[in-house]
Amino acid sequence: MQVGLGHYLVISTLLFCLGLYGVLTRRNAVAILMGIELMLNAGNINLVAFNRYVAPATVSGHVFALVVITLAACEAAIGLALVMSAYRSLETIHVDEINVMKW
Amino acid sequence: MGEFAAFTILSLLILIPAVVVVTSKNIVRSALSLVPTLLGVTGFYVLLQAEFVAGIQVLIYAGAITVLLLFVIMLTEGGAGLQVRQVNEQIPLGVTAAVWLAFLLLLVFSRTTWPVAQRGNPPAYSALAIGNAFMTDYVLVFEVTSLVLLVSLVGAIIIARREE
Amino acid sequence: MSTFVEILKAIGLAVLVFTFLAVVGAMFGVYMERKISGWIQARLGPKHVGPQGLLQTIADTVKLLQKEHITPRRADALIFNSAPIIVAVAGLLDWVVIPFGQVGNRFLVVRDINIGVVYFAAMASLTVIGILAGGWASNNKYALLGGLRAASQMISYEIPLALGILWAAMIAGSLSTVSLVEAQRGGWFIFKVPPLGLLAALTFLVAATAEVNRVPFDLPEAESELVAGYFAEYTGMRFALFQLGEYAEMFAFAALFSVLFLGGWDEPSLSRQWAWVWLVLGAGSLALVALIQFRLRHVLLVRPIFILAVMAAGLSLILFFGVMAGRAQVLPSIVWFFVKMFTLVFFLMWMRWTYPRLRLDQLLSLSWKVLLPLGLLNLLITAFIITVAR
Repeated sequence: MQVGLGHYLVISTLLFCLGLYGVLTRRNAVAILMGIELMLNAGNINLVAFNRYVAPATVSGHVFALVVITLAACEAAIGLALVMSAYRSLETIHVDEINVMKW
Repeated sequence: MGEFAAFTILSLLILIPAVVVVTSKNIVRSALSLVPTLLGVTGFYVLLQAEFVAGIQVLIYAGAITVLLLFVIMLTEGGAGLQVRQVNEQIPLGVTAAVWLAFLLLLVFSRTTWPVAQRGNPPAYSALAIGNAFMTDYVLVFEVTSLVLLVSLVGAIIIARREE
Repeated sequence: MSTFVEILKAIGLAVLVFTFLAVVGAMFGVYMERKISGWIQARLGPKHVGPQGLLQTIADTVKLLQKEHITPRRADALIFNSAPIIVAVAGLLDWVVIPFGQVGNRFLVVRDINIGVVYFAAMASLTVIGILAGGWASNNKYALLGGLRAASQMISYEIPLALGILWAAMIAGSLSTVSLVEAQRGGWFIFKVPPLGLLAALTFLVAATAEVNRVPFDLPEAESELVAGYFAEYTGMRFALFQLGEYAEMFAFAALFSVLFLGGWDEPSLSRQWAWVWLVLGAGSLALVALIQFRLRHVLLVRPIFILAVMAAGLSLILFFGVMAGRAQVLPSIVWFFVKMFTLVFFLMWMRWTYPRLRLDQLLSLSWKVLLPLGLLNLLITAFIITVAR
């Protein structure tokens, strides 16, 4: 049996939805970031798989996958800095308890 | 045949730890479960002949981002997080959204015919080709990304440091 | 069928390389470390098991194998037990891309992948996950502190490390370890674009020392502050696995340094009219040997110098006569690989027993304020020079 584009798409869909579930149900800000990382990875699988199966002569998919990885690193750094800062001032990193702006 | 076996094993390696990531009560375990998932995705890249992306994936995701996540978990909750409830009251909503999205996407995928190129021996994707693409066709993308990187570096330092 | 043969071949190679590493890397490495530390501290080191204590580490390993595995109460058993395996496997996986030498047209390397050095950096960066996991799962504050220190240190020093690797890759125009060595035939990278090559090599060496958690950067396992750091709670074979991973990684970094900057398995070749350099070196070493043998015999501290001088004299004289005899390659390439690797390992051990430990803030500011700008500037200037020169 040959592995086709469809196989990769199915796995990346499942991974994306798992990430979405994590983002929606977690209280911990770091866990929400983990969900986002899963979703970004699912996107990356798609980019590379499309590159391989639809346009094998180019490297566009690889280029954008690398850009996404870079941006994921930025996002993690900024997100975690925010988490640290929130923890310092509010002593919690549970997003439903960070509600000082809510009246 | 070998490719399909590798694909199946890698899929399990991605999905089972991913389930642990989003459901585990223990936040450190879910962060550590991210590692096999990311390594499985790396395996996918190797199967798709994207070796350079695979290397960078391990270097940045598994080696840096996961460690950063673990680091922040230990600085904030650490071992104390075990007794705390980790999920909010949105589980039914989350399940519904995730399942519906999966259903819709899979429906779309099954109805679409992709313009799959003729299978043949694909060219070896070298780091050289990726570098050339970055410096010619995607130079704007490259520059903007580097700018974002710089800004986020400065931003992270300013946000995270203690005020005197 | 061919897949089956491939898999068998891969398993065979893996067993071979890993066994080699466990014996040479960990066992001989530990013995060497103890002997060198003994010499530097004017002691004798292991002496009783086997000739000159050579079998001491084997005895220690047998002892460790029999010890009980203790999992601390309230520790996270799953993570606790898998952490040493992560560290050991990551340390061993580094070796896949290290080329040992060349026999005819075949390269002695497990796999020459075209992103070799990126692979190496990626595998080396996996170690820290094992360390952090082990530190956390031990349920011990010293272990956790050690793990956290290791994480911040290794993340910081990965960047100068990558810059050093990039420098060599830029000069060679390739990421594969074999072509990196091939590119250095006739000019090692440490001497390229002087003095920038030396600078890049130093950046890499400092970062590599920090990456393998050795003095002066051994804060994660600082005995006097943290008991043993992240592996304080480990016993028996799990402790040994941590040690194995650490030594495998140290040897791997020494090997990578020689691949990147010292020409890997390449022989330092001098043409006929320069062969007297070898003779001078050999004669000088012999004079030193004679001096120590006849005048300073009772001084314990000169023993390592004595042994080094004997080795240097032997090597230089062999090279001299080899060049005079007109041989293109005097010694087999694999010998050169090991000579360079062990020289670097010796250097690392020498540093370990000579320098005091840095403070954590000094350590981090060294990485971010000195090595990172230096590495970036070095990369920029070298890129400019080689572009203009082309």
